[in-house]
Amino acid sequence: MAGKPKLHYTKGRGKMESIRWLLAAAGVEFEEDFIETKEDLEKLRNDGSLLFQQVPMVEIDGMKMVQTRAILGYIAAKHNLYGKDLKERAWIDMYVEGTTDLMGMIMPLPFQTAEVKEKNLALIIERAKTRYFPVYEKALKDHGHDYLVGNKLSWADIQLLEAILMAEECQADILSAFPLLQAFKGRISNIPTIKKFLQPGSQRKPPTDEKSVARVRAIFNF
Amino acid sequence: MSGKPKLIYFNGRGRMEPIRWLLAAAGVEFEEIFLDTREEYLKLIKDGSLMFHQLPLVEIDGMKMVQTRAILSYIAGKYNLYGKDLKERALIDMYVEAITDLTNMIMMFPFSPPAAKEKNLALIMERATHRYFPVFEKALKQHGQDFLVGNKLSWADVQLIEAILAVEEKFPAVLSGFPQLQAFKTRMSNMPAIKKFLQPGSPRKSPPDDRYVATVLKVL
Repeated sequence: MAGKPKLHYTKGRGKMESIRWLLAAAGVEFEEDFIETKEDLEKLRNDGSLLFQQVPMVEIDGMKMVQTRAILGYIAAKHNLYGKDLKERAWIDMYVEGTTDLMGMIMPLPFQTAEVKEKNLALIIERAKTRYFPVYEKALKDHGHDYLVGNKLSWADIQLLEAILMAEECQADILSAFPLLQAFKGRISNIPTIKKFLQPGSQRKPPTDEKSVARVRAIFNF
Repeated sequence: MSGKPKLIYFNGRGRMEPIRWLLAAAGVEFEEIFLDTREEYLKLIKDGSLMFHQLPLVEIDGMKMVQTRAILSYIAGKYNLYGKDLKERALIDMYVEAITDLTNMIMMFPFSPPAAKEKNLALIMERATHRYFPVFEKALKQHGQDFLVGNKLSWADVQLIEAILAVEEKFPAVLSGFPQLQAFKTRMSNMPAIKKFLQPGSPRKSPPDDRYVATVLKVL
């Protein structure tokens, strides 16, 4: 029996990917138990492992944690990635909510019809460039530090890098007007734990392909 | 100039209501500015008050805070409603996230297209009685304490009483299979700060009506 956290989810990004990022960045090794069929999900539900019948679920420190934000908040605090006081926490929370919203727009794209997808892709790119990225560019410009909050690596930085890479998958040059974010991307990508996570063979998951879409639809019945 | 938090939002529940509840339960007086026109909203964006161009906005302790969860977390942390350690926090967060999923269904309901309303209403009832309320009923039964986490009032309790009352507005008998939650509801409603908030004339807002929906659509 390992002390490692165990992640229960499908073999794809979805809502679990941010958790993989945070654990990896914190240098925490973890195991994964992949839900491949509807029966796998039913089994988890029937043995009472899923507090609200939903995944992600992460077994960690004797708890069966559910609810993505709760899990992320726990990991961040445990590994000193949540600022030094209440106010730094507040800034981290605001920044994280922003990147969560942006990634939340990108996540459903593979599941949408071509027409809806095209419209949403345009909206994502517009929002990234006019609503979200300007905030982080300005934050870095205003204080001139390497990290978003408190001159120290935090959950906010890790999630921002994740969001930047996802946005670049939507439009490769999406950072063209954001020089500080480009530099940020370079810096954070080179942090050893993160650099390792970005290499092939890590537990980072690829973008969702058609085969995965079909499997997820079958498991979750939508 | 008061030191009181200032809430900027529409004159209605929406995403600000849990913040009103939490401040009230913590015994914190606050001021409110109600937005009525799109011009007022655009002005807030223009003067840089809205980090992501969205409401709610709460001016508190020198910060212009946005993002409902961030605001609620800050208030909970500041007023000792967030548990005594990391594990209690984790449990409070799990409960709060789930309750938020339920209250979001209720909040979005007035904005559903007419054809989807009946289905969405049925889903609210189904989720409340099959997915969410059973968990809290069981938690209260298992530890036999007055509050959900750590034998002490927390953000989770405040959010739960808010959700119970909101669902009851649509389904008055929703707690009929949940004796622990009925007792919880009575206990929480009688806590002085919450009792005060439940009285007429408090900052608590009425359920959304057509006028509220129209205002939101016009402003945003």
